[in-house]
Amino acid sequence: MLAAGLQWTLIVAALAWIAAFVLGSVIGVARTTDRAWLVRLGNGYVELFRNIPLIVQFFVWFFVVPGVIPPVKRWVVSVDPLTFQLVTSVVCLGLFTAARLAEQVRAGIQSLARGQRDAGYALGLSQVQTYRYVLLPMAYRIIIPPLTSELMNLIKNTAVAYSIGLTELFFRTREMGEMTFRYFEAFGAATVIYAAIAFASNRLMALLERRVAVPGYIGAHK
Amino acid sequence: MIADLDFSIVGRTLPYLTGGLQYTVQITVVAAIGGTVFGTLLAMARLSALKPLALAAAGYVNLMRSIPLLLVIFWFYFLVPVILQSLTGAERPPQIGAERSAYITFIMFEAAYFCEIMRAGIQSIPKGQAGAASALGLTYWRSMQLVILPQAFRNMLPVLLTQTIILFQDVSLVSLLNVTDFVGAATKVAQRDSRVVEMYLFVAVVYLALCWALSSGVRRLQTKIAIIR
Repeated sequence: MLAAGLQWTLIVAALAWIAAFVLGSVIGVARTTDRAWLVRLGNGYVELFRNIPLIVQFFVWFFVVPGVIPPVKRWVVSVDPLTFQLVTSVVCLGLFTAARLAEQVRAGIQSLARGQRDAGYALGLSQVQTYRYVLLPMAYRIIIPPLTSELMNLIKNTAVAYSIGLTELFFRTREMGEMTFRYFEAFGAATVIYAAIAFASNRLMALLERRVAVPGYIGAHK
Repeated sequence: MIADLDFSIVGRTLPYLTGGLQYTVQITVVAAIGGTVFGTLLAMARLSALKPLALAAAGYVNLMRSIPLLLVIFWFYFLVPVILQSLTGAERPPQIGAERSAYITFIMFEAAYFCEIMRAGIQSIPKGQAGAASALGLTYWRSMQLVILPQAFRNMLPVLLTQTIILFQDVSLVSLLNVTDFVGAATKVAQRDSRVVEMYLFVAVVYLALCWALSSGVRRLQTKIAIIR
């Protein structure tokens, strides 16, 4: 029963992470360009998604969006509830985490010396090429530690999908407690599973961190 | 579709909603103060030369930080009555209810996060400060109280306040225990009057306005503190 819940927890986390990584990178990059409107748009996005509690964002995607956009409503009625819950969870967690990743990506790019960007332009690279071949490869490697904690936050945040009835790990934990009246055993098992996932993802990211460490930086071991 | 929305429901239920918001603010303030106190003690324990104490504190902090807040909220909801029972020796677990156990939950949970902030704050103080304090003959507790902690606290104030804004948002999770916090109040009205769209839009806008104002305040404070240094 918990294993069935764990499966949805991991699937939602993985899909939301991919969405957040792509969108967060785009927004993070937008905030470091020299176009004022792009910077303002990116900042606005981050402020919007960071200043509303996650559970309220879940309710907005689950109740408000279908309520005010008729095509979404028609789609919701046509699919089964689980599909709708999954899509809502991935969209909600993906956009929420994207705001946090955008902040990290921006910080990573801005931590690079100004000369890196200038060197890219001096080599005749376009702005897109400078980001693709010079700035982003460095920035991503520098921000792996904060990305690790964001990944762990995302996995923990999947528990909030319980609020819209997605049968993820936390939902199954409560269900198990209510069916057997063995709350302590159920919550104990869930605690162990969540702690194990957090530990595993932490180790995995630490491995990645060592593999791609920038030689010459304090963090590099070689 | 938008024409169907009726926001007068917000005006009619405003006292009830403000009551919920007041509870949210109360929990936030109590947990921020309690969390800072316990978090500072935990940070001192983590940095202590006594290995068992340091390990115990680190274990507590890492456990709290690796499981979802929702799980912690339910843990305490079930645990607090049992612990109180064993403390007071009562025959049955006291019925303290989710409203009151939430205070304990958030103090204990935030302590783990405030601990890491205060630990970074203490570690950012130059070693010479601690050396100077003990050269003056101050005991460990006196040097912490008069020399280290005031500086650590001031350096970390923006981070502590940012964490408090996150806490203010996180309190909304207690609504899943049927507690009438701001979100809980909105949920109850939404279900009673079938005004889900209006209520959650209203809640989102209020949170956005409050948290945005608070975080720009913290940003201003940050630049102010940065000038002093």
